[in-house]
Amino acid sequence: MALDKYQIAQRIARELKDGYYVNLGIGIPTLVANYVPQGIDVILQSENGLLGMGPFPIKGEEDADLINAGKQTITTLPGSSFFDSAMSFGMIRAGKVDLTVLGAMEVSENGDIANWKIPGKMVKGMGGAMDLVASAKNIVVAMMHTNPKGESKLLPNCTLPLTGVRCVKKIVSDLAVIEVTLDGFKLLERAPGVSVEEIISKTAGKLIVEGEIEEMKF
Amino acid sequence: MNKIYKDATQAIEDIHDGATILLGGFGLCGIPENCITALVSKGVNNLTCISNNAGVDDFGIGLMLQKKQVKKMISSYVGENAEFERQLLSGELEVELIPQGTLATRCMAAGYGIPAIYTPAGVGTEVAHGKEVRSFDGKEYLLEMAFNADFAIVKAWKGDTMGNLIYKETARNFNPLMAMAGKITIAEVEELVEAGELDPNQIHTPGIYVNRIFEGKNYEKRIEQLTVRDS
Repeated sequence: MALDKYQIAQRIARELKDGYYVNLGIGIPTLVANYVPQGIDVILQSENGLLGMGPFPIKGEEDADLINAGKQTITTLPGSSFFDSAMSFGMIRAGKVDLTVLGAMEVSENGDIANWKIPGKMVKGMGGAMDLVASAKNIVVAMMHTNPKGESKLLPNCTLPLTGVRCVKKIVSDLAVIEVTLDGFKLLERAPGVSVEEIISKTAGKLIVEGEIEEMKF
Repeated sequence: MNKIYKDATQAIEDIHDGATILLGGFGLCGIPENCITALVSKGVNNLTCISNNAGVDDFGIGLMLQKKQVKKMISSYVGENAEFERQLLSGELEVELIPQGTLATRCMAAGYGIPAIYTPAGVGTEVAHGKEVRSFDGKEYLLEMAFNADFAIVKAWKGDTMGNLIYKETARNFNPLMAMAGKITIAEVEELVEAGELDPNQIHTPGIYVNRIFEGKNYEKRIEQLTVRDS
């Protein structure tokens, strides 16, 4: 069975380490916050100017001045801090954020990512994505392995306009965990009940498969 | 010295057709609501607006778009506005999309008196077209110019008669950066107090950057995405 979006988030949460500063993008990446393993403290960065993002407020306690980068009402936690947008991207560029999780439309076998623009469609903008992918030390992409037409989103080269080049380190899709290496995609784990053959057939870019590929457990 | 203005109408009185304006805020959070309303009433046109977002259809910069007052929008994300989309697709509105960190840092550079900055954001993408690329320690960076804007309009939580500003929570966002970057900076605040009433240790924007200040009224502070939990 392919993973659902919650399981993708759950699997990505296993990449978290104690003390990590983490930036989570909109969509599946946001869900990662719900699966932080026991005994691990992570600090969530919201690029509109907050470290230590807390959960949604209790109904009636929402504060229009306190939102995340997805413009959702949120809360702070003990030890939170606020700062301006230049400092926010300053800490990102300076490599202080340990892990960035974001979605993608396409990833290429050398780690290029496209996730902001489809030619011919209304372009909403890149927001902070280009800054994040250009600087983050460790970028994990959460996405479906194929698009709604069934075409692979893991490609030899991206066909859509790029967000950043040679930056993605790992992909967690509904079918597999894949590392981006200098030699191409490398299959690390497969979703429960998903065969290596299926992953190979749905990966258009170069895929390295070495030895027994472990099945993810939930 | 008198930086105090009666209201938004008076503070924006000399903003002229064709002006370039920096507008603070992220989404609808920390936007200068009073000044936007005054700009709509004044009917000033052909504006170039630099702001992270473009508001929604009936709030924020969206109100200026409805009146076709904006010639060009420079933003990082403009996704929540149908009128914006219509004007963009019909060619009435020019749009320049730039990475959010680049937008913030180009404001910062202007306020720090630095003509340009190097940033890795956009290297290898269409954002890099026509820009100088320079390599430092084996990594490539784009040269991005400081903004040169006629006016900056920002919103703060508290301000004093000297123009010192304090922002609240994530309503800070682009406001202190844009406050530093305008040739003339106009600050609207929720609470205007006498000099000496704010703790100098807590000031985010020193008054030297602020030319005009007034106490705004009737803040709506609209929430774009209300997300809550039950307990």
